[in-house]
Amino acid sequence: MSDYKSGSNLEKVLKSGSFAFTGECGPPQGANIDVLKKKAQHLKGCVDAVNVTDNQTAVVRMSSWAASLFLIQEGLEPNYQMVCRDRNRLAMQSDILGAYAHGIRNMLCLSGDHQKFGNHPASKNVFDIDSMQLINMVKNMRDEGKFQNDQEIDVPPRIFIGAASNPFADPTEFRVYRLAKKINAGADFIQTQSIYNMDRFRNFMKQVVDMGLHEKCYILAGVTPMKSVGMARYMASQVPGMDVPESLIKRLKGAGKGKVAEEGIKFAIEQIEEFKEMEGVAGVHLMAIEWEHRVPEIAERAGMLPRPKTD
Amino acid sequence: MIVAEPKPIREILEMVRDYKKILVVGCKGCVTVCNVGGAKEVGILASILRIAAKKDNREIEVGEHTLERQCDPEYVDELKDIIDEYDAVISIACGVGPQFLSERYPETRIFPGVNTKFMGGAIEHGIWAERCAGCGTCLIHYFGGLCPIARCSKSLMNGPCGGSSGGKCEISKDVDCVWDMIVKKLMKENRLDDLLKFRPPKDWTTARDGGPRRLVREELVK
Repeated sequence: MSDYKSGSNLEKVLKSGSFAFTGECGPPQGANIDVLKKKAQHLKGCVDAVNVTDNQTAVVRMSSWAASLFLIQEGLEPNYQMVCRDRNRLAMQSDILGAYAHGIRNMLCLSGDHQKFGNHPASKNVFDIDSMQLINMVKNMRDEGKFQNDQEIDVPPRIFIGAASNPFADPTEFRVYRLAKKINAGADFIQTQSIYNMDRFRNFMKQVVDMGLHEKCYILAGVTPMKSVGMARYMASQVPGMDVPESLIKRLKGAGKGKVAEEGIKFAIEQIEEFKEMEGVAGVHLMAIEWEHRVPEIAERAGMLPRPKTD
Repeated sequence: MIVAEPKPIREILEMVRDYKKILVVGCKGCVTVCNVGGAKEVGILASILRIAAKKDNREIEVGEHTLERQCDPEYVDELKDIIDEYDAVISIACGVGPQFLSERYPETRIFPGVNTKFMGGAIEHGIWAERCAGCGTCLIHYFGGLCPIARCSKSLMNGPCGGSSGGKCEISKDVDCVWDMIVKKLMKENRLDDLLKFRPPKDWTTARDGGPRRLVREELVK
């Protein structure tokens, strides 16, 4: 019996003390697996695991477990995302069993964006359980071998349990406590919301370290490179719980025509360099949205390559 | 109270277009309080129906009646002597009213004249907000007297989610984040420990998820 909780590559990398690097891949809005495979190839060898989003922003896409299986076939390790919006506890547990049986070892447990934002705003939501309860349910499935109703599971799923944290959402003073609550509920690792306000994140991490949370859980700092000034402005004004300082928008604008994307990447690389040194940060989660082809370059320039090899 | 709003008048006219004798029935309960289904609104709707018919050169007869409560068989009975004079009834009570009428008077066509919205109250004149989801197991004492089931867009028991921004919910700037209110209230009362308590998955059997609900109180049953 190994002393790993799941034996996933991500768990091994983190446990070895290496600075982890995870990527992200949105499944196609259709059954076009060529697109998915192409995205996967860009990420291969550059990251330790790839988050596979679950109908992100409430837009229908190929199911995250199905896309995760394609990633496994392509030689990548998925981090299977699951939101509470679309499934009740029966569907969640059966999907987790199926996902595990097919080789999925990491999960990210999320509440999910409200369907109002998506392409089926007329739908009914579920929210039978919340993200905290999902984390706890997966932990009990793994560690106690029990379903949510306390019934025994015949071969429990051994999942490395991830959760999200948004240091920039309100009420700010409660954010570190909510993180603590997720860790107590059973989170093994945390991926944060995209960070742009470094001052605020430094303060947040100071609280995390003061409370010793980084010793109970691996914290991966979220990075999303800005592609354009428009994207920065959109994130600043339209995305709830996102903090994009005016100084960053100014910096991107100052880069001049045709050079904004490069400036965005430069900022992301500077962030990664700082996170490597920041106490309590165990890795970076790079969410290069529809920019998977730039990940190898970012990984290279940020000194994240080669990725550690685990068995 | 149960809060309702009038159905679009065009929808109502369309519903009863083929009927010549229409009875509009109001209710003196919640819908009177929220200015949608009381005696006053019965009069207004009846007038609109008459004017619309006149405009189309149609002859109709519209009766008006307001019951003490439409959710009570005793009061619903009051219509028994007049209802046969009409071939359609528009109930402007909450969704309970037209169903009690349909059950009591199966031969008569009953139409709903309002859309029933939620259980809540007036936060200011003309503005109502939801407060209770009728989940059947009240837990608001854990949350500073505020209900996350009814008032959080995601019914989170362990909120707030990452979409809470400036005291508002991610779905709209018009919607307060109830978790922002819960957290601020409990922190002010030095009840951080309560906030840190893991709230387990809710048993929804007492909510609508357990099937259509029925309540029997033996001591009251004759």
